[in-house]
Amino acid sequence: MEELITLYTTFFRIGGLTFGGGLTMLPMLKHELVEKKDWVTEDELLDYYAVGQCTPGIIAVNTATFVGYKRKGVIGGIVATLGMISPSLIIISILALFLDQFMSNVWVSHAVNGIKVVVCALMLNTVVTMAKKSIVNALCGSIAVIAFLLALFTPIPTVLIVVIAGIFGIILYKTGGLKV
Amino acid sequence: MKVFLELFIEFFQIGLFAVGGGPATIPFLMDLPSRHDWYERADVANMLAVSESTPGPIGVNMATYAGYNAAGLSGGIVATLSLVLPSIIVIIIVAKILESFNKNSYVKSAFHTIRPAVTGLIGTAVLGIWETSLFTAEDGSFRFPIFSVVLCAVFYIAMCNKKLKKLHPAFWILCGAVVGIIFRM
Repeated sequence: MEELITLYTTFFRIGGLTFGGGLTMLPMLKHELVEKKDWVTEDELLDYYAVGQCTPGIIAVNTATFVGYKRKGVIGGIVATLGMISPSLIIISILALFLDQFMSNVWVSHAVNGIKVVVCALMLNTVVTMAKKSIVNALCGSIAVIAFLLALFTPIPTVLIVVIAGIFGIILYKTGGLKV
Repeated sequence: MKVFLELFIEFFQIGLFAVGGGPATIPFLMDLPSRHDWYERADVANMLAVSESTPGPIGVNMATYAGYNAAGLSGGIVATLSLVLPSIIVIIIVAKILESFNKNSYVKSAFHTIRPAVTGLIGTAVLGIWETSLFTAEDGSFRFPIFSVVLCAVFYIAMCNKKLKKLHPAFWILCGAVVGIIFRM
């Protein structure tokens, strides 16, 4: 029981103190889980992170589930994940409650308009970084372009495009067109 | 009650198919307003701005925010729990078979093609974010705000700079807020 509480509070702190998620969370995870708690080694953390990146879901959440599961089984995985998402639930709910009043403040709306421009630049940066990592050959390049165009010009649901891409990869592998 | 079931189905799907973390949820969130009236497509830009400037993983923040818009406090909780449920299930299965999962050729080949597809999808979503954040006036008509576009380009170039690359996204968010206030954007 005590360890479950520690799991919850540790991941609560990580969720409540890190901005951005994804790779920006790695230093915080390392500090809390490897250096302070000695729950996992740095190599294990990187392994979890790599798996978290190629399994569905939010990477930070996946890593929390992994570490929690390793410490205390299924219950541990659930408790660590709940700890990770609790700060978001609390902060965003409070913020959303006051957002209309908040946004009607003229200074806040100036600030948010500035932030939106930064978000546009950050998003471009994210796409370029992801493209560098995921587009390793001409085949991947064409898949990215096709997915981009399908999402832009057709009403095909996003989920379906992801599923088709996955099936396409497996078919290519089966027919010898893809070596992994 | 129906809205909670719909929130569960939609966000469970997002959690299950958003491969690549937080940003991968954006195309799905842009897609949602075509089926539900929980929020407008243009609101995604606000959601992103709020999620980037508050603690916590972006994907989780966006789910809470979208769920809250749809059905208040309990909507936020349902959307967030639905989003993480697939992760819990998938990761626990993967943790049991970690060694073989990483080396399984079918898994590897599926992800080999899914990752670039997700990149393309995020590309489309980013165009949508630009459209609503930069190129749409309050009355919905097209605009071309030269100052904002140049500012965006300047920020992007700064982010790509070797020395500035390591800076935390929160730093850029803070810069954006300050610039927005100074120039009364």
